[in-house]
Formats: sequence, structure tokens, C-alpha cells
Amino acid sequence: MSGTFTKAMARNVFYGGTVFFFLLFLALTLDTTKALPKTDNRHNITADVAAGKHIWETRNCLGCHTLLGEGAYYAPELGNVYKRRGPDFIKAWMMAQPTGTPGRRQMPNFHLSDEELDQLIAFLKYASEINTQNWPPNIEG
Amino acid sequence: MKYKSQAVAMPYFIAAIGLFVAQIVFGLILGMQYVVGDFLFPEIPFNVARMVHTNLLIVWLLFGFMGAAYYMVPEESETELFSPRLALAMFWVFLIAGALTIIGYLTVDYATLAKYTGNDILATMGREFLEQPLLTKIGIVVVALVFLFNITMTVLKGRKTAISVVLLLGLWGLAIFFLFSFYNPTNLVLDKYYWWWVVHLWVEGVWELIMAALLAFVLIKVTGVDREVIEKWLYVIIALALVTGIIGTGHHYYWIGTPEYWQWWGSIFSALEPIPFFAMTVFAFNMVNRRRREHPNKAAVLWALGTGVMAFLGAGVWGFLHTLAPVNYYTHGSQITAAHGHMAFYGAYVMVVITIISYAMPILRGRACNSPKAQVLEMWSFWLMTIAMVFITLFLTAAGILQVWLQRVAEEPMSFMAVQDQVALFYWMREWSGVVFFIGLLAYVASFFVKGKEQPAGA
Ligand code: HEC
Ligand code: HEM
Ligand code: HEM
Ligand SMILES: [Fe+2]
Repeated sequence: MSGTFTKAMARNVFYGGTVFFFLLFLALTLDTTKALPKTDNRHNITADVAAGKHIWETRNCLGCHTLLGEGAYYAPELGNVYKRRGPDFIKAWMMAQPTGTPGRRQMPNFHLSDEELDQLIAFLKYASEINTQNWPPNIEG
Repeated sequence: MKYKSQAVAMPYFIAAIGLFVAQIVFGLILGMQYVVGDFLFPEIPFNVARMVHTNLLIVWLLFGFMGAAYYMVPEESETELFSPRLALAMFWVFLIAGALTIIGYLTVDYATLAKYTGNDILATMGREFLEQPLLTKIGIVVVALVFLFNITMTVLKGRKTAISVVLLLGLWGLAIFFLFSFYNPTNLVLDKYYWWWVVHLWVEGVWELIMAALLAFVLIKVTGVDREVIEKWLYVIIALALVTGIIGTGHHYYWIGTPEYWQWWGSIFSALEPIPFFAMTVFAFNMVNRRRREHPNKAAVLWALGTGVMAFLGAGVWGFLHTLAPVNYYTHGSQITAAHGHMAFYGAYVMVVITIISYAMPILRGRACNSPKAQVLEMWSFWLMTIAMVFITLFLTAAGILQVWLQRVAEEPMSFMAVQDQVALFYWMREWSGVVFFIGLLAYVASFFVKGKEQPAGA
């Protein structure tokens, strides 16, 4: 930091840089918003999917699992579980929890009704069809 | 203490430390559940313990930031706080709201909690770090606004320094970006897109302003270096932080259904994000080397230097490790992420809050610094916690590399659960490191109670 670069100059770089890059970020966000319908699978969002997302959130599945790689790292990725396991398995799985296997990681039973399970599965199906640029690398998630 | 009203910082700091202890207890429970899967099940399922662990972290850091502001702003502005009574009232509101929320997590089934706290009116719950019931979220906003009003008024009526302005900007940014936690569209991609406006734009944006301001304040005090020099550094650091960090958000937009071009924007800008963290390290060491006085609070100087180093390692080095899109393709959502999350949060925000507490708390207790005996114990706690965190990070990184290899790279990928069994040894070692961390934390708490010859106030 030489003597010619003053505090006032540093301050101006800060304000100018921040405003510029924030505006650029907003512009990219706008562009993304326009492009999203091509990748985000929104045309498959039904009332069931919405209800399923609500169930997903109010049971805090994300507190153990990842969804598209975000969440907790304690239990399998569920963004592609619909493709990995299929709807029947998921339903049977949800009803069979907890396994009670000694020492094994446990998942609670959420006592969901048949209808709620279908909604949850609709949500997981919708999530699995989002264009994620081929992530995860393979079916194991 | 130069201004009487700075004293309101004290309860904030005490609450921060108390909640920190609780956070780590739950960290140890989580670490145990990683290796003994049915530990405390069904009493405390993993997701509940995790919520408690991460939310306590956020809440105690917020207590720390607010306490720091209440301590720093009167001194920077050279005037008493606008309203100490309001500050104290908000302390109790925040503490009680926080405690009720944690008790709610632990005693009420999450779906029931959601139902009775208005989640059906506006669904915001069930997303990582933003698990709080709607009522708590509203409470946070109210407390934040009252707090911001209080310190903004103080700055407005007094001297305006670069440090207090940057601190204010950071804190206002914190509150403003938190508002995105109320936006939760059904469209999962949009939900995730704006979720990062809270999480990323906090830790790699506005929080860096807060961190840099706290560090600058303590460095002025303990080194006696000219304010002009320190404040110039401050502006340079935060300019670098926001110039890289805002577009750097793109490193979270690779695989969540957003356009492919984010792989370029995110990789390039986030690859530059370590620079401000590196600058902070250089800044801290440079100022301490150019010090014009020997401040008797050696522990505070140690924490300040440690913050620089550990923030650079955790955020800068471990962040860079997995931030380029081709790497992140394999490491996304793995134990590598957890390794980075731990060291970055500890190195940057935990340590900077402890730095200001270490500097301010003795003064709030009427002395320039603690007794040499108390400082020695505090420095022990520094090394125990910091080294333990380094090991936690290394073990998780080892687990992460193996996990990525076995599950995502190998010719015949193994299932998630099979891989977890394979790397259990590293989880055990993480848990033991966690125990050492906890011992360090207990030593830290104990250091507040060690007597001995103290230096009188006035320095
Ligand atoms: C307390 C932690 C926890 C919570 C909360 C949780 N899970 Fe799980 N889940 C697990 C664990 C652990 C496994 C793996 C268990 C095993 O293999 O024995 C698992 C496995 C699964 C599987 C099978 C994955 C596969 O690839 O075989 C599905 C499907 C699943 N969970 C769905 C859900 C849904 C939906 C929710 C929320 C309604 C949820 N889980 C909440 C811990 C949890
Ligand atoms: C100051 C110290 C600590 C900080 C700042 C901290 C911070 C965090 C953060 C930010 C997360 C979320 C991680 C992510 O999403 O990537 C987390 C999760 C977790 N933490 Fe900590 N933590 C600390 C100490 C500990 C300790 C001592 C342990 C145990 C020995 C521990 C165990 C865990 C576990 C097991 C998780 C869950 C990881 C998962 O999602 O699977 N933490 N912690
Ligand atoms: C002090 C500053 C920082 C903190 C506290 C921090 C914390 C975190 C946390 C907690 C996560 C996990 C989020 C989740 O649960 O999904 C995360 C993810 C991530 N961080 Fe940071 N971080 C910081 C700085 C950085 C920097 C400077 C970089 C890049 C150089 C970086 C790169 C990343 C990346 C790429 C991810 C995504 C990981 C994934 O794909 O799973 N971070 N960070
Ligand atoms: Fe980030």
C-alpha cells in the first residue's frame, strides 16, 4: 500500500465495485429467471407436487438427506431416488421405518397417509426430472 | 470502558458463550450418531440434533455480532448508545425467543411445531439453516430492526468512522438478506436459488464486512497503528470480498437446475474469493508487526492473528478446494462440504467473535486485561480448540475423498450407506477430535473464572 493510494480511493473502489457487481448479479439473475423454464421442470408442478414439497419441508427430510446435493450428509441423496428406487420402493420404505437394526442409522416413521405418500413421491419425481447438468455423476447420488 | 452504555455488550457476550457450549454438545451428539447410528434414537433424531447444532451456531454468532456492535459503536462514535434500555430489552426478547425455539425443536414433533406456529399461513420451514418457525423468524426480524435502529441512531449522532460505517453496512445487509428466508416458492429451483441469497450472501458477503470491521477495531486498539492505515486496509479487504463474493454465489448454481453458464461465472469469481481472506491474514500480521505499543492483552492478539490464519485456511483454501465446477461435480454435498463448512465457520466467525470478546470482556469487567494466569489458560483453549478443529477438518476431508471415490468415481460405485461404513474410522477420529475441542471450550469458559494479578483499567 503505497502513499498514493489513499483511504478515499479505497472507499470509492469498494462502493463502485460493490454496486457494479451487484447490478451484474441482478442482470444474471434476470437472465436466469428467463431461462429457467427450460431446465427447472416447472410444467410438471402439480397440486400434488406442491403438497409433497410441503410434506417434505414439515418433516425436515433435509435434516438428514441431501436434495440435489444440498442439506445434510447423513443419509442418501434423494434428488434422484425416484430414478434409483422407483415409487413402490419409496412407499414401502417410508412405511417400514425405522428399521431398528442395532447400531445402524435410523430414519423415523412419519406416519404419512397413503395420499400423503403419493404426494411426497410426486414431489420426488418432479425433483428427479429437473435438468441438473447431469449431476449426480451416477445413480448412487 | 469509555462509555457507560457499552456495558450492555456484556450479557450478549455471556449468552453467546453459553449457547456456544450447547452447540458443541449437540455437535458431539451428531458425531456419535454418525458412527453409532441409533444413538439417542428416537429421543433425538439426527435431523433434530443437527438443527439445534446449526441454529445455535447462527444465534450465538448473532449475539456475538450484536454485543460487538454495542461495545464498538459508542466508542467509535464517541457518544453513549442511543438507548441502552432498548438494547437490554432486545437481549431478553432474543434470548427467550431463541430458547423457546430450541426447546420446541427438542420437545415437539417438527410437523406439529410447524402447524402451531403459522407455517401453513406462510411456509418457510424445513430448509437448511432456516428451520426456525415463522414466529421465530419474525422475532429475529423485529430484534434485528430494533437493534439496527439503536446503533444507526448512535452512529448518526456521533463521529462517523469507516469502521462503524462498514459495520453498519454489514449488519444492515445481514438483516436485508435474511428477508429472503420468507420467500419459499414451490418451484424447487427458485427456492434453492434464493435460499443462497441468505446463506452465501451472508457468509461470503455481508458477514465479511462485519468480520473485517471487528478485526480492524481490535487491531487499532491492540497495536496502536494509525487509524488511516487500518481503515484503508479495511476498505480494500471488503472491496475484494464483495467484488468476488457476489458473483461467487454462482458456485452454488452448478447443479440445481440453473443454466450451465453459472459453471463459468461461479468458478471464476469464487476462485478469487480467497483473496480477501488472504488479505485479512496479511493485514492482521502486518499491523501486529508494526505495533506501536505492547498491549497487555496477549490473548486477544493471539485470537486476532488466529482469525486471519484460520479464516484463510477454512474459507480460502478449503473453499477453493471444491469451488471449481469440474471438482464440485464430484464433491458436491459430500463430507468435503462438511469439512469446509466447519473450518470456515470456526476460523472466520467463531474466532472473530471470540477475538472481540477476548479484547472487550476484561474491560467490561473493569480491567485492561485478565491476569497472566487467566490469559495462559485462554491461550491453551485457543490452541486446543484450533488444533482440534484442524483435525476435524482433516478427518472429514479424508472421509470425503474416500466417499467421493467409492461412491462417485469408481468403476463400480458403491451405495451411500455402504460407503459410510467404509469410512467410519474417520468419523470416529472426528468424534475424538470433537472431544478435544470440547475440552478446549471448557478451558475457555474456565479462563473467565481464573483470578490473579490483574492490570487495572485505563489502558
Ligand atoms: C433422522 C434422519 C432422517 C430423516 C429425518 C429422514 N431420513 Fe430418510 N433415511 C435416513 C437414513 C439413515 C436412511 C438410510 C437407512 C438405511 O439404509 O438403513 C434413509 C433412507 C431413505 C430412503 C431410501 C434411500 C435409498 O436410496 O435407499 C428414502 C426414500 C428416504 N430415506 C426418504 C426420506 C423422506 C422422504 C424423508 C422426509 C419425510 C426422510 N427420508 C427423512 C434418515 C432420515
Ligand atoms: C465451533 C465449532 C463448530 C462449528 C462452527 C460447526 C459448524 C457446523 C456447520 C456449519 C454445520 C453444517 C455443515 C454443512 O452443512 O456443511 C455443522 C454440521 C455438523 N457438525 Fe458442526 N460445528 C462445530 C463443531 C462440531 C463438533 C465439535 C462436532 C462433532 C465432533 C460437530 C459435528 C457436526 C456434524 C456431525 C454435523 C452434521 C453434518 C451433516 O450434515 O451430515 N460439529 N456444524
Ligand atoms: C467464512 C466464509 C465461509 C463460510 C462460513 C462458508 C461456509 C460454508 C458452508 C456451511 C457450506 C455448506 C452449505 C450447505 O449446507 O449446503 C459451504 C459450501 C460451499 N462453500 Fe463455503 N464458506 C465460506 C467461504 C467460502 C469460500 C471463500 C469459498 C470458495 C473459495 C467457498 C466455497 C464453497 C463451495 C463451493 C460450497 C458448496 C459445496 C457443495 O457443493 O456441497 N466457501 N460453505
Ligand atoms: Fe458460497
